[in-house]
Amino acid sequence: MTQKEFLHIVTPFKDKLFRLAKRLLVSTEEAEDATQEVLLKLWNNKTKIQEYKNVEAFSMTMTKNYCFDKLKSKQAQNLKIVHSNYEDKQTTLQKQVELNDSINWVEKIISTLPEQQRLIIQLRDIEAYDFDEIAKMLEMNPTAVRVALSRARKTIREKLTNTHNYGIK
Amino acid sequence: MVLNNIEKLLEKYENGETTLQEEQALKQFFAQEHVPPHLEMYKPMFAYFAANQDEVFTKNVSLKPKRGFNYTWISVAAVVVLLLGFYFENSNKTNDLGTYNDPEIAFNEFSKSMEMISEKLNQGTATVGYLEEVNKGASTLKYLEELENATSIIFKKQIQ
Repeated sequence: MTQKEFLHIVTPFKDKLFRLAKRLLVSTEEAEDATQEVLLKLWNNKTKIQEYKNVEAFSMTMTKNYCFDKLKSKQAQNLKIVHSNYEDKQTTLQKQVELNDSINWVEKIISTLPEQQRLIIQLRDIEAYDFDEIAKMLEMNPTAVRVALSRARKTIREKLTNTHNYGIK
Repeated sequence: MVLNNIEKLLEKYENGETTLQEEQALKQFFAQEHVPPHLEMYKPMFAYFAANQDEVFTKNVSLKPKRGFNYTWISVAAVVVLLLGFYFENSNKTNDLGTYNDPEIAFNEFSKSMEMISEKLNQGTATVGYLEEVNKGASTLKYLEELENATSIIFKKQIQ
């Protein structure tokens, strides 16, 4: 397999890997490193790539595990860095400043969720995978995924309602 | 009618029972400018999801492993340097301190040095004599006990 072929396989989902890593690691730089690392591992095992049934799901699982390892590693425990990625989160130019602010709220709320739920929200609501695929990526059963997803969505809605009503009620 | 439908979908959505198509419909609904006030809080959520779908991995994919600095080799080098240092230091040292050929001179030198040692030793014991003074001082401190007894009696009386 040449580099070109490999990139052809990898390119469609490398952004998804990156976003998944970022959901867990928060920092953009860390997420970039994680993605790079996972892709490199895939490349080193390129002979086996044909054997994988679903390269995308497989890489997602790899990314998830890599990020968990990163979070558990000594490095992460010794030093707690607060990552703030300063960037423009505007969806379209016409959206008001107020909405922009509440989008940041959503980001904050999601970051308070347990890791498992964060992953599921990422995979379902942002990447739009179906339940079976998510179950495969996270090595869970589909019912558990559904339950966790429901919990996460309810938490987000509740907290958003609270902040939305703040100052009114 | 449409609103009714959306509310039903939202309930299903929260229970995690919506299909991907239905979720797409919800996302589209909340992407519009005006949303009914009681559903307003959902708007940022779906907007956030939409915004996050566009984030991309901008770095170039390089397939060559990163050359990290290898610290193990540094420690190996340090050990080698240390070992060399010990080796050269030992080889340079000579244990020869000189000797006397005539036994009489040797005996005189030996007794001289022994005398010096005993002299220094006596000086040392003489200074230790002052420790007796400390003992005397400590014995006078016994009177303090009497004082304590007296105060305890006074305080007892006060309590009663």
